Amino acid sequence: MSTNLADYKNIWVFAEQRQGKIMGVALELIGEACKLAKDISDETEVCAVLVGDGIEDLAKECFEYGADKVYLLQHPLLKNFTTDAYAKVMTEAMEVYKPEIVLYGATHIGRDLAPRIAARSHTGLTADCTHLDVSVAKYIEFAKANTTLDTSTLDPESKDTGLKMTRPAFGGNLMATIVSPRTRPQMATVRPGVMSKREREAGRTGEVIKVDVKLSEADVRTKILNIVKEAKEMVSLTDADIICSGGRGLGGPEGFKLIQEFADKVGGVVGSSRACVDNGWIDHAHQVGQTGTTVKPKIYFACGISGAIQHLAGMQDSDIIVAINKDPDAPIFEVADYGIVGDLYKVIPQIMEAWDK
Amino acid sequence: MKVIVCAKQVPDTNEIKINPETGSLIRDGVPSILNPDDANALEEALKLKDMYPDTHITVVSMGPPQAQDMLFECLAMGADEAILLSDRAVGGSDTYATSNAISAVIDKYKKEFGDFDIIFGGRQAIDGDTAQVGPQIAEKQHLPQVTYVVDFKLSDDKKTVTVKRQLEDGYEEIEVKTPCMLTCTKELNQPRYMSMKGIFNKDKKITVWSAADCEVDLSVVGLKASPTNVYRSFTPRPKGKGVMVAGDTEAEIAANLIASFKEKHII
Ligand SMILES: Cc1cc2nc3c(=O)[nH]c(=O)nc-3n(C[C@H](O)[C@H](O)[C@H](O)COP(=O)(O)OP(=O)(O)OC[C@H]3O[C@@H](n4cnc5c(N)ncnc54)[C@H](O)[C@@H]3O)c2cc1C
Ligand SMILES: Cc1cc2nc3c(=O)[nH]c(=O)nc-3n(C[C@H](O)[C@H](O)[C@H](O)COP(=O)(O)OP(=O)(O)OC[C@H]3O[C@@H](n4cnc5c(N)ncnc54)[C@H](O)[C@@H]3O)c2cc1C
Repeated sequence: MSTNLADYKNIWVFAEQRQGKIMGVALELIGEACKLAKDISDETEVCAVLVGDGIEDLAKECFEYGADKVYLLQHPLLKNFTTDAYAKVMTEAMEVYKPEIVLYGATHIGRDLAPRIAARSHTGLTADCTHLDVSVAKYIEFAKANTTLDTSTLDPESKDTGLKMTRPAFGGNLMATIVSPRTRPQMATVRPGVMSKREREAGRTGEVIKVDVKLSEADVRTKILNIVKEAKEMVSLTDADIICSGGRGLGGPEGFKLIQEFADKVGGVVGSSRACVDNGWIDHAHQVGQTGTTVKPKIYFACGISGAIQHLAGMQDSDIIVAINKDPDAPIFEVADYGIVGDLYKVIPQIMEAWDK
Repeated sequence: MKVIVCAKQVPDTNEIKINPETGSLIRDGVPSILNPDDANALEEALKLKDMYPDTHITVVSMGPPQAQDMLFECLAMGADEAILLSDRAVGGSDTYATSNAISAVIDKYKKEFGDFDIIFGGRQAIDGDTAQVGPQIAEKQHLPQVTYVVDFKLSDDKKTVTVKRQLEDGYEEIEVKTPCMLTCTKELNQPRYMSMKGIFNKDKKITVWSAADCEVDLSVVGLKASPTNVYRSFTPRPKGKGVMVAGDTEAEIAANLIASFKEKHII
């Protein structure tokens, strides 16, 4: 886009909605944007961008979760997501209003849409981020607490407020912090479940800006024949306070009966490693990890899970991790707050009994 | 039909270990492989060729000269030819610059061989892990795209594609006219092995192009033309090791665990 970086102001959040419901990650991103805005300048506003048809009511939710402004992009052709239509109206709105930062949820829609917009706008995009900073001082704090990075070359007094986007790569083996210093807007997709929503503030409002949308049938080259919701059991891993996860150590699909009883007892939900999903013991909806769901419950019980890096990538930010494994050298113990070496079939029933005492 | 498959050679990230002293990646001895999703992309093209034997499959890649090993594997699986763009000028490209380079290869392909019908790519490469290159190639080629493809059908007149696109809680069925760009997932199919006939077929060739050969605009590729830069990179620090819960019996261990939870107000 333009090379005059100072022309670009404010933080936009693509407030992804499906069938008239806002995705949780959009509210999480509004919360995160509020924190970043404060670190940029007092004038920086948090703007939610709602794209769809007949969705003006959703603006209220955006304001109550922290947005200062809502841009409404409505058109009958925007009712359901299509890459062509959404990319066109978003790119055109960005050209007019010049946001400094644009954040998208790293959902199957966000990760389809954002790269297309980035290419058209000739700007950078960082994929699937798990941490964002603008302040160098805060980045140093983050790095010291969570990483092996040598921070001595970073200046905590620096006035640089460029977006520092941290993401896992190489299957979670490496973390990289990416910047887009020369182009605007700075764009990122952010993994659902890692940022925090603000407390909802009932009655909080802001300015709604209706954006003029130009769209015709010829602009949309894909035709949606059908949207099918699969009748999966509802597992809300991202909202759960307690997760009881089972791994290959269960020995077979029937092991999930014990895990389910355990979860029922402690008021949790059932999670799984990929090994069990690949074996067909449980549905993919339960999978925790890099190619499953990222979770951060208050307590995560890992039962018969070895602790592969791809599994850790999805659960290591849990407040408390309890690992039950019969191998004392299992890597899961490296991240566990509480380690129990033993047979899960003997240990879990005892924990269930002790729970109520 | 003319089909292009985008394939990347990647390190097998399963085999990567971290040096506990330095916290850096140990890449020595890590095998290079065909990116898993790209094997699914190639398989879907090969299924078309099984059905319509006059289908011509060209595998396109950008990477170092060693990437020819991976392309050889693609030919042995059944692709007809392969093109590798290999040039220092495209090194250090981010996804924006990578897609510019690959798009230039495709433009050159069009000049030499005419129009294509479908580009199959992988959804995501297991090293960079961004899943951005597919949609960005589509943008530069002005093609409609469908990502996260889990099912693929071609109409009898070969002009319309019907695919299932995976969503978090189900899928969409989408119809799109060729030419188009599709990014493939592992759920789409089971990639075949290389065949003996494929391995020993000497007629198939890998063409290596320099940036000049495919007339890449040097101002839009490489490190300098990349809008994103790596600011810092590091390995995640394993969270401090916790405690092993003491106790002689399972009952004792469980009681100690719960007692500690209560003491720390965890429950
Ligand atoms: C690209 C890619 C993405 C991936 N994404 C994910 C992902 O999202 N999520 C994920 O989980 N994995 C993922 N994986 C797979 C991952 O690498 C591991 O293979 C997987 O996590 C192993 O699952 P597991 O721990 O259940 O099985 P195993 O590694 O086989 O471990 C089983 C454990 O159970 C213990 N055990 C056995 N019997 C008992 C018993 N009776 N009591 C107590 N303990 C017992 C054993 O000591 C062992 O430690 C991915 C891999 C790749 C290549
Ligand atoms: C640690 C790290 C983090 C990075 N983060 C970012 C980032 O956030 N944003 C960014 O823009 N760049 C980033 N990069 C750069 C990026 O990895 C490279 O541009 C890379 O060439 C392409 O990205 P990818 O591996 O993620 O491919 P993906 O976009 O995941 O690949 C998707 C598909 O595109 C096709 N494809 C991709 N590359 C090639 C190729 N060379 N030849 C043929 N087909 C190909 C394949 O079909 C592949 O399956 C990062 C690099 C590193 C090392």
